Amino acid sequence: MLLSLLGLPPAFLILSFITILCALYVVTNNNPVYSVLALILTFFSISAHYILLNAQFLAVVNLIVYAGAIMVLFLFVLMLLNLNKENEPLIKTGWYVAAAISAGLLLVILAAALHRSSESIMQNPSQDIGLVKNLGKVLFTDYLVPFELSGILFLAAMVGAVLLGKKQSAEEISTSETSEK
Amino acid sequence: MNPDSIFNALDISHYIYLSSVLFCIGLFGVLTRRNAIVLLMCIELMLNAVNLLFVAFSSYMGDTAGQQFVFFIMVVAAAEAAVGLAIIVMIYRNTRSTDVGLFVKLKG
Repeated sequence: MLLSLLGLPPAFLILSFITILCALYVVTNNNPVYSVLALILTFFSISAHYILLNAQFLAVVNLIVYAGAIMVLFLFVLMLLNLNKENEPLIKTGWYVAAAISAGLLLVILAAALHRSSESIMQNPSQDIGLVKNLGKVLFTDYLVPFELSGILFLAAMVGAVLLGKKQSAEEISTSETSEK
Repeated sequence: MNPDSIFNALDISHYIYLSSVLFCIGLFGVLTRRNAIVLLMCIELMLNAVNLLFVAFSSYMGDTAGQQFVFFIMVVAAAEAAVGLAIIVMIYRNTRSTDVGLFVKLKG
């Protein structure tokens, strides 16, 4: 089983190795800042996987949106709250064992289910479906309504985030307290 | 390098195994970490495992639908991260901690 992995394309093997290693580092490291940096590396290697799969546009979008925007947001919040290794909450080792067993069991079940159905679905892998031209054509014709809805979702998320993150002013607190009384 | 060579040399099952492993690593993180921000990061990791599977299937099938879904997953993930982090910042202002164990004190 493990020896048969050596026959795979080396690009896939190296990328998968980096991806899994960085993902493990994300979940096992106690310092949240290092976790964010390892997660950015994971996203970079997943983008490389996308390029390998001829999804060039998604690879770039993944880098810009995930590694560029979302991870910077995480890093910014971590530094804003001044969280580091010292005030990282600790958990019992029993939890680690239980979580490892349940995650491992899920993996075993998934692998066992996939092992049975080793049917190839390769139909016609074309080189250019991942380009902006083809993706955009489908996105703005067949998926126009979900696209517009996702714009509304973004607007709602932005309003919600601003509303939640806004500091309550002193008079608002006093009025809410008097209304409670 | 011929662009089609990866599809001939590699079965789709390898990508399924890879994303299963990534998903389970993310699940392990969600179960073990107590820091709410790291918890959100582990959820992002699980979402990315699903994204990878979508792209793999879409490329092997030669159909763009899978890649469209990845777009929408990214949209939802970005919105979720923004609102989730805003909630975490607000909770930190009240409790001076991002430990999810303290969230049991929340009352509606």
